[in-house]
Amino acid sequence: MIGVPKDCDPVITVHGLRNAFGEQVIHDGVDLTVCRGEILGVVGGSGTGKSVLMRSIIGLQKPESGEIEVLGENMIDRDEDEAKNIRRRWGILFQNGALFSTLTVAENVEVPIREYFPYIKQPLLDEIASYKIAMSGLPPDAGPKFPSELSGGMIKRAGLARALALDPELLFLDEPTAGLDPIAAAGFDELIRSLQKKLDLTVFLITHDLDTLYAICDRVAVLADKKVIAVGTIPQLLALDHPWIQEYFNGPRGRAAADTAQEHAETLGSIEA
Amino acid sequence: MLQRKISRSLSQEMERDPANGDGDGATYRMAGSITIARAGTTAREIDAEPDPLTIDLSGVTRMDTVGAWLVYRTVRDRHAKVVGASAEAKSLLEQVAEADKPVRVHPEESAGFTRVLRELGEWVAEAGETLLGLLGFFGATLIGFANLLRRPKRFRVNAVVQRFDVVGVRALGIIGLMSFLIGIVIAQQGAVQLAQFGAEVYTINLIGRITVRELGTLMTAIMVAGRSGSAFAAQIGTMKITEEIDAMRTIGVSPVEALVIPRLMATVIMMPLLAFWAMLLALLGGGIFVWLSLGIPPLTYIQRLQEVIPITDLWIGLIKAPVFGFIIALAGCFQGMLVEGNSEEVGSRTTTAVVQSIFLVIVLDAVFAVFFSSIGWK
Repeated sequence: MIGVPKDCDPVITVHGLRNAFGEQVIHDGVDLTVCRGEILGVVGGSGTGKSVLMRSIIGLQKPESGEIEVLGENMIDRDEDEAKNIRRRWGILFQNGALFSTLTVAENVEVPIREYFPYIKQPLLDEIASYKIAMSGLPPDAGPKFPSELSGGMIKRAGLARALALDPELLFLDEPTAGLDPIAAAGFDELIRSLQKKLDLTVFLITHDLDTLYAICDRVAVLADKKVIAVGTIPQLLALDHPWIQEYFNGPRGRAAADTAQEHAETLGSIEA
Repeated sequence: MLQRKISRSLSQEMERDPANGDGDGATYRMAGSITIARAGTTAREIDAEPDPLTIDLSGVTRMDTVGAWLVYRTVRDRHAKVVGASAEAKSLLEQVAEADKPVRVHPEESAGFTRVLRELGEWVAEAGETLLGLLGFFGATLIGFANLLRRPKRFRVNAVVQRFDVVGVRALGIIGLMSFLIGIVIAQQGAVQLAQFGAEVYTINLIGRITVRELGTLMTAIMVAGRSGSAFAAQIGTMKITEEIDAMRTIGVSPVEALVIPRLMATVIMMPLLAFWAMLLALLGGGIFVWLSLGIPPLTYIQRLQEVIPITDLWIGLIKAPVFGFIIALAGCFQGMLVEGNSEEVGSRTTTAVVQSIFLVIVLDAVFAVFFSSIGWK
C-alpha cells in the first residue's frame, strides 16, 4: 500500500467503506483518497466492485458502513437539497452512455443546465450545448441526432458532453473506452487528457484498458480482496510484490501496453530533441 | 477559417494595454466569479451596453466555460475589446473559440403543409410495408409448417406444451373472472330494459345468445391479445436485441420453427378452449343473477338456455376462436421479429402488437357476423 502524495488536496475521501449484497460482501474496509487535479484510475478483476465503489461515492448505492466525503461534504445520509449542491459540481459518464433515448444529443446536454439554471434562455442554452458538443469532439451534425442513431464512440462522446454540461470540477468515468476500437479508444484517452488539463478537472476513472492506464492516469488504485490493496503510480505498483498486480501489469497484454507507452514517450522525446 | 481569424483578433485584443482600450466607448467591468450561475444576468448586462464595448476582466476571480463563452461571443459578434484577462481566462477564451463550430442543435423542420404531406406519405408507406411484411411473415410460417410436416421429428413438443401452460392454463383465472362479471352485467342491464315491457324472462335469451355467439370469444381474444400477444412481442423482441435470434440462425435453427410455430399452435389450440370456458362462466354469472334477482331457479334457467340457443351459435363462437388466436399470435410474433436496435423499440412494438391484433380481431369478427348471417345461421 503506497500512501497519499504529500501535497494532496483531497477531493474524494473514502474511509472504511463496506458494501454487501445479502451474504455477498463486495467491499470490506475500502480506503481511498483522490487528489485535486489528478486522473485516478481504478482497476480490479471482474466482480471486485469497481462500479459499486463508484456508485457508492456518487450516492447511488447506500453502503453498509464507512465514510465518504466528496468535495469536502459528507455523502452518507444527506438530504436531497444538500446533495443537489454537490451533484452540480460533478459530471458522470456511465458505461453505456446512459443518454436519454427520447432526447436528441443537444437536448441531452441541455438537461442538467435546465435543471439547475431554469432561467437561462433557449438561444444561450443552444449555444452552450453547441460548444460543449464541439469540445467533446462530436461532428457538427450530431446535435439533432437521437442516441439510437449514434455509434458506440459517439455515444461516449455525447455522454461526456452531458457530463461536462455544468463545468464540473470532478468527473467520473466508468470504463470510457470499453467497446471502442483501439483508434477510437486512443482518441478518447487524448480527449480526456486534454479536457482535464484545460478545464482543470479531477477525474475518477474505472477502466480495464491498460493503454488508458499508461497513457493518461496519474495514479492507479487496485481493488482486490474486497479492499484497495494499493494506490500509486504504475512504477510504484510494479515494485510491489502482490501476485494480482504482477500478473495484471506483467502479463502479455500489460507488457504490450507498457511497450507502446514507452515507444510513444521515446518518439515524443526524439521529436522534442 | 473565420473562427481562426476571430480567435487571432481575440488574442490580439486581449494583449492590448487596458489604458489604451479605455479611450472610446463603454467599458463593462466584470468582477467576482463569472460562471453559469450568473449566465443570465451577465448576458443581459452585456447586451445592454452600447457599442463600441470594452470588457474589463481584471476583477474576475473565477471563470468557467459559460462565462468565457459570453465574453467570446461578444468579441465575435460585436468586435468588443477584452482587457485585463488573467492567464486562465485567456486559456478558457481560446478553448471556447476553438470549440466554436457550426454545430446544429435542432433538426431541420419543413413548413407546415409540406410536413403534413410528408408525414401522411410516410404513414401510408409504413402501413403498406407493415401489411406486406405481415403477409410475408404469414408465408414464412406456412413454409415452416410445411417443413415440419415433412420432418415431423423436428416438431418441438415440449415448447408447445409449455406454451399451453402459459397461454391457456394460467389465463383461466382472469378470463373466468372477467366472463363471470360480464355475464352478471348483461343480465342486470337486460333485466332492467326488458322489465319495461314485462319481458324479464327474455333476459335468458339475451345472456345465452350474446355470450355464446359473440362476447365469449371476443372478450377472450382481447384478453389473450393483451396477455399473450404482448408477451410474444416482448419475448421475441428482447431475443432480437440480445442477438439470440441471430445466434439461432447461425447454428441452423430456424427461428420460425423454434419460436413462432410453438406460440402459434399453442394460441390456436388454447383459444377455443378458453372461449368455451369464458362462455360457461358468463352463463354461470348470468344464471346466478337471474336466480337471485328475478327468482328463476337454476334448473329452469338451464332448460330455457337449451331451448333458445341454437347449436349453430356455439359453432360460430368456436369456429372464430382459433382464427382469432392465429391472428393474435401472428401479430405478436411479427412485431417481435421487427424489433431492431434499442430496448425502447421493444416497448413500442409490444404496444403495436396488441393494438394491431385487437383491431384485426374486431374487423374479422364483423366479417364473420355478416358471413354467418348470410349462410342462414341466425
